[in-house]
Amino acid sequence: MSAAAEPAAAPLLQVRDLHVTYGVRAGAIPAVRGVNFDLAVGETLGLAGESGCGKSSLAGALLRLLPRGTQVTGTVLLDGEDVLTMKPGRLRAVRWTELAIVFQGALHTLNPVQRIGRQIGEAISLHSPGTRGGAVSKRVGELLELVGIPARRAQDYPHQLSGGQRQRVLIGLALACEPRLLIADEPTTALDVMVQAQVLRLLDDLQQRLGLAVIFITHDLSTLAAVCKRIAVMYAGRIVEEGPSHEVFDVPAHPYTRALAGAFPVIGDPAFRMNPSGLAGDPPDPRELPSGCPFHPRCPEAEEACTSADVELWPAGPSRRAACIHVPGAPR
Amino acid sequence: MSAVAAPSARRITWLRRRRALGSGWREYRRNTPGMVGLVLLVLIVLMAIAAPLLADPAGLHAVNTVNNPAWANPAKFHPLGTDHLGRSVMTQVIWGARISLLVGLAATVLAMLIGSVVGITAGFFGGWTESILMRLTEWFLVIPFLPLAIVLAAILGPSIQNIILVIGITSWPFPARLIRAQVLTMKERLYVDRSRALGASEWHLMTRHILPNVSGLIIANTTLTVPVAILSETTLSFLGLGDPSRASWGKMLQESFEAGALTQQAWWYYVPPGVGILLVVLAFTLCGQALEEVLDPRLRDRRE
Amino acid sequence: MSARYVSGKVLGSLATLLFVIAFNFFLFRVVEGDPVANLFRGRNLSQSQRAALTKQFGLDGSTGEQFVRYVQQTAQFNLGRTYTNNQPVASEIWDKAGPTIALVGVSTLLSTIFGVMLGIAAAWRRRTKTDYAVTSFTMTTYAMPDFWLGMLLLTAFAVELGWFPVGGIVDPNSDATGLAKVADQAKHMFLPALTLTLAYLGEYALVMRSSLLETMREDYLVLARAKGLRDALVRKRHAVPNALLPVITLISINFGFVLSGAIAVEAIFSWPGLGLATYDALQGPDLPMLQGLFLVFSAAVIAANLFADLLYGYLDPRVRTS
Repeated sequence: MSAAAEPAAAPLLQVRDLHVTYGVRAGAIPAVRGVNFDLAVGETLGLAGESGCGKSSLAGALLRLLPRGTQVTGTVLLDGEDVLTMKPGRLRAVRWTELAIVFQGALHTLNPVQRIGRQIGEAISLHSPGTRGGAVSKRVGELLELVGIPARRAQDYPHQLSGGQRQRVLIGLALACEPRLLIADEPTTALDVMVQAQVLRLLDDLQQRLGLAVIFITHDLSTLAAVCKRIAVMYAGRIVEEGPSHEVFDVPAHPYTRALAGAFPVIGDPAFRMNPSGLAGDPPDPRELPSGCPFHPRCPEAEEACTSADVELWPAGPSRRAACIHVPGAPR
Repeated sequence: MSAVAAPSARRITWLRRRRALGSGWREYRRNTPGMVGLVLLVLIVLMAIAAPLLADPAGLHAVNTVNNPAWANPAKFHPLGTDHLGRSVMTQVIWGARISLLVGLAATVLAMLIGSVVGITAGFFGGWTESILMRLTEWFLVIPFLPLAIVLAAILGPSIQNIILVIGITSWPFPARLIRAQVLTMKERLYVDRSRALGASEWHLMTRHILPNVSGLIIANTTLTVPVAILSETTLSFLGLGDPSRASWGKMLQESFEAGALTQQAWWYYVPPGVGILLVVLAFTLCGQALEEVLDPRLRDRRE
Repeated sequence: MSARYVSGKVLGSLATLLFVIAFNFFLFRVVEGDPVANLFRGRNLSQSQRAALTKQFGLDGSTGEQFVRYVQQTAQFNLGRTYTNNQPVASEIWDKAGPTIALVGVSTLLSTIFGVMLGIAAAWRRRTKTDYAVTSFTMTTYAMPDFWLGMLLLTAFAVELGWFPVGGIVDPNSDATGLAKVADQAKHMFLPALTLTLAYLGEYALVMRSSLLETMREDYLVLARAKGLRDALVRKRHAVPNALLPVITLISINFGFVLSGAIAVEAIFSWPGLGLATYDALQGPDLPMLQGLFLVFSAAVIAANLFADLLYGYLDPRVRTS
């Protein structure tokens, strides 16, 4: 994927020291523990990790969509404005017009008793209140065509569409108010391989044509390598590696990334067949994180020092960072 | 090589069950409404059991003497006044608890027995058996309870056994449906197939695998069905279909109504039995809900 | 909603109705013994008189023939004659149906509206004082016998305070007509309607509450918020309509049951409806009347269930477009 013209202006999105903690009676659950990253206009960033690493919490935090009682701290600068301190009215205006989310297209992501045209139209009418009904329908039709669905299907209910079609509708819906930033949260996970490829191609195409900045969240690292310019890998609520996508995928600096990269079979690659590296164990319970580096219990390269020292993201190459003491130049 | 003989399978099961019960009880203790309900229930049951000690049963029979004037309000004749025949209301309340509890529990047990047998059989065997039994259940559900109960009670005659029978017969469809649904879920579980592969008979499967897992649901459902049975007994007694020889709270309401307690403003006659019913039903409902939450923790989040 | 769906449901209901009629017939067969002797207790009948009466009541012939005749008569709305005053059961029921339908109709309307509102308030503010208040209130009203609540209300508002009449449907002393008569009837209906409303309010509140809580877990609500909708609009446009579906079905079904559930309440307030008729019929027992009432109550439930099924099939697009 190519980016738009090299950005000279300030980044579109700047996330600093983001913490997300779910308040639960039994005790607080830290889902995101200090995440920092930038995203430029038209840039594509992939966010990878296993379930429970905090990537969806991160996505939800960016638009303050997490359940009541969740504690979100840090700064999320969207075009210089901090989303986390916006007044509710401003936040609602910003939602969908600046930043939109494409959710996973499960059956109940869309309201099952409303026609899809109406659900898309709702977003349009909400942010352009004066628009007449005819104009709204026209725009809904355009959006559907844009994602490859015949405009007349606006009359359908969600259960009358296939999984792939529903995902396209969600993409079209997300573009309804012409946002500059799109967050795609596991958009292809529930789809079969052929449909996945179609949807990915659609996203890629739209991103280039419309100059969108995209944060692409998934647990499938190989998808990101093909689709994003940069990749960030998350583990236990923190980013553990970040860098240009092909570099991160081909030459991972962090052992976790290495495992993730190896976990997906590459058909026809004899080296993989000889040594498929799945990852043993489960992600840690956020309430009882291991000491030192949270990955050390599952890490094939763990040392004594890994259990005590807290790791940070250290430079691991030009515009690359990784949180591992094995990275050359990292303090031990 | 073990030096000590390994415990038998039966003992292991027993120990496991006891531990489960212990943790279940601790879980229950944390549920405040459940504890309130339990305390209330224990108090009422104790009162019912201790009735002969608390109130002289002779007071249940008609008297109208200087000592026991009719329509005496609580100020003149403590603690709860007298009814139109001069009987102590308090005595009737204490003794009435027995009937309400007895009928409620017995009718529920009957309904649960029938419902469980139907539900388990239908769910387990499927096919024609299930279709026929479920059709039957649905038909019974369509017939409105009160008219059916009235008709049956009118036919069978007013006695305590008949009331129990009537309520039991009219209440079994609800648990039957629930239990069948649960059995169907159980059937999906692998261990049933594995057991069958090992050559287990149908009976063994039903009693050793299905039944223990459905029993939790049955217990919780029983506790929640008792209030319905008690309210039904109250209504049936009020309509004159209860046992005329025994004091029950429903009968007190009937007699007070027919004796004109409403216009006489003799509130002490009909308020206490109603309060009694209210407390008993609340107690069972609270306990039942708490039990449900202990057995299925998902319900806890859902209720909140 | 296909014709197949509708006809399937209608046929099912008819089958159930037939079952109820048969059940009714055989049930009362057990009781009646010899209705002729029952009716003419104390009078000596000759053999020929007895035979003539037996024929008149359609009690001759085998059980099978009697059953067929019974079904035929029922289809023609001939439900026999009452024991008490020898009037046609059907016309007695017809006369008394109006007050019951009015009472139950008004109560259902009110308990639905308030119950749903309370349920929404409780679900949207769960775990707050509002929620606990609503849940406690509904549990308490559920726990008391509905007619006992009626007794309390009657004592407080009619006997003590005298705000409302003590019973009946109209003031026997007045000869008001038109609007004044309706007002009089409304005044008489207030307390029984209040009783039934409070009695059923709780159930609707609880069902709406749990339905809404289920709906609130759904992903499409997050999507609605993400689009920039205010909380109130999310609730109004997306959460409540979806949560209402099962409640609407419940209301339709309940209407059928409440019709017969009001027996004791009507008795307390001397409300001249089907419930009071049942209460009176029990004193005899006036078996033909009871039999007719039983049939009518069951038919009402069957009809209400059918209506609920069809209504749901229409409202839920997932069923409608299949």
